[in-house]
Amino acid sequence: MIVFENVTKNYNSNIGLDNVSIRINKGDFVFLVGPSGAGKSTFIKLILKEIDADSGSIKVNGKEITTLSNREIPILRRSTGIVFQDFRLLPKKTVFENVAFAMEIIHQSPRQIRRQVPQVLSLVGISNKANKYPEELSAGEQQRVAIARAIVNNPTVLIADEPTGNLDPNTAWEIMRLLEQINMRGTTIVMVTHAKDIVDKMGKRVVKIEGGRIVRDEFGQYGMRDEDMINHHGAYQGGGLGQYVK
Amino acid sequence: MLSKFWYSTKQGCIQVFRNRAMSLASLFSIMAMLLILGLFFVVMVNIGVAVEEAKQDFESVSAYLEDDVTTQDAETIIMQLAGMEEIAEIYYLDKDTAMEQWKVQQWGDDAYMLDGLVENPLPNSIEITVRELSDADKVAEVLGTFDGIMKINYYKETVDKLVKVTDALTKGMLVIMAFLVIVSVVVVSNTVKLTVFARQREIEIMKYVGATNWFIRGPFLIEGIVIGLISAFVSVVLTGLVYSRIVSMVALDLNLIMGMQMVGTAFMVKNLVWIFVSLGVSIGAVGSIISMRRFLDT
Repeated sequence: MIVFENVTKNYNSNIGLDNVSIRINKGDFVFLVGPSGAGKSTFIKLILKEIDADSGSIKVNGKEITTLSNREIPILRRSTGIVFQDFRLLPKKTVFENVAFAMEIIHQSPRQIRRQVPQVLSLVGISNKANKYPEELSAGEQQRVAIARAIVNNPTVLIADEPTGNLDPNTAWEIMRLLEQINMRGTTIVMVTHAKDIVDKMGKRVVKIEGGRIVRDEFGQYGMRDEDMINHHGAYQGGGLGQYVK
Repeated sequence: MLSKFWYSTKQGCIQVFRNRAMSLASLFSIMAMLLILGLFFVVMVNIGVAVEEAKQDFESVSAYLEDDVTTQDAETIIMQLAGMEEIAEIYYLDKDTAMEQWKVQQWGDDAYMLDGLVENPLPNSIEITVRELSDADKVAEVLGTFDGIMKINYYKETVDKLVKVTDALTKGMLVIMAFLVIVSVVVVSNTVKLTVFARQREIEIMKYVGATNWFIRGPFLIEGIVIGLISAFVSVVLTGLVYSRIVSMVALDLNLIMGMQMVGTAFMVKNLVWIFVSLGVSIGAVGSIISMRRFLDT
């Protein structure tokens, strides 16, 4: 559960978020959409406490995080799984070790790790790549590893920052199905995306941020006016994921 | 706690191996500095030992007696002096024995040249060995109070000079060594900084997944220590080999020509192990901690 109350964050004179309030319930699947620079990243960074809010209150799992000390940040991040567009796997560790690392940092026993990592790897469908290094995998497989790492400790919230941005349409859909599965197990998912067709087909809650404000929050479609996206974000061509240009 | 340590150790060792190139770079820079330090250490220890030995040669005081002083008179003086605790050894040396010794020690095969002397020019003397070089002054002073002593001869000035020179030498070397240590810490921490920089992303990811700073630092610390240990080990072996080689080549000549003894290889290596290991490990550890600081600021 994530609750923002009147959260404002400015960068120098630029607005990151402007008096934003939102409630994301446990088990929700929320798409965070909007043009680049609108405040989506700020939103995510605030949840991870990578940056501090200027004012307002942010609660994750009922805990106020704006007042967390530096020491407590790692604890917060352990209850929040994160998946990035560029996967961010540890290059010098194997698939197994990458996932195991997330367990090692919470001091799980080696036996527990040996039992749980293969389970998660099979859940995301890459059991057979356990001993490969990230560079030996396809983009889709790398993202699966990243997801495995993000969920291995059973986080209550999974944050996905454009998880399909580097993937071809078919792979992207596979990843979306995986995320949906994870969501069905009760994990809250907040996904930042520009992929209109994904958002439209999934039919989940869509929160649109523009100019640091939430301009729309409803179930269903990416947005009525696609032209806005073209204007604000040159990379987005509108239409379908198939035409998505990086 | 133990499992954390074990984890760091295991990961640290794995990291050393997986980042071979950077590990080697750090290894070589630590080794280079240890070897240079080792060289200075070896030279300093040898000079120190040589000076100590040289001092022993100068711990003697000779009192030359007037010709009219009889053996009995000399014995009386000796009896009176023998009680002084500064004196290690004291004996009477008559001029004939002195001549014999002189011939053997200084002239050797050319001693026949002295056979032409009609009269022995050497005086009778009282030979004293003092316990400490610094006692020579006092002994000489006491000797001066006796009648019949022509001249008191000892090497205080020579020794003073020797001590002064070696002191200056030692100080100079210490300064150079301190300088070397500083330089190598900078070099090593820069090398480690490069490795950390290359893995900045890795550290960032670790933080995203929720690793604490110490959890991230641990393996890097162990990595530094392991590299330091390996450098120390290699340096000890190299220095030992080179030193024993030098000893076997020049020790005999040095002993013959200058009467100098070189310090044994075993003794040298035993000391170098401690110096190298403690230096290598602390440079490795401090280097990695220093260079990580910037990347761990939250």
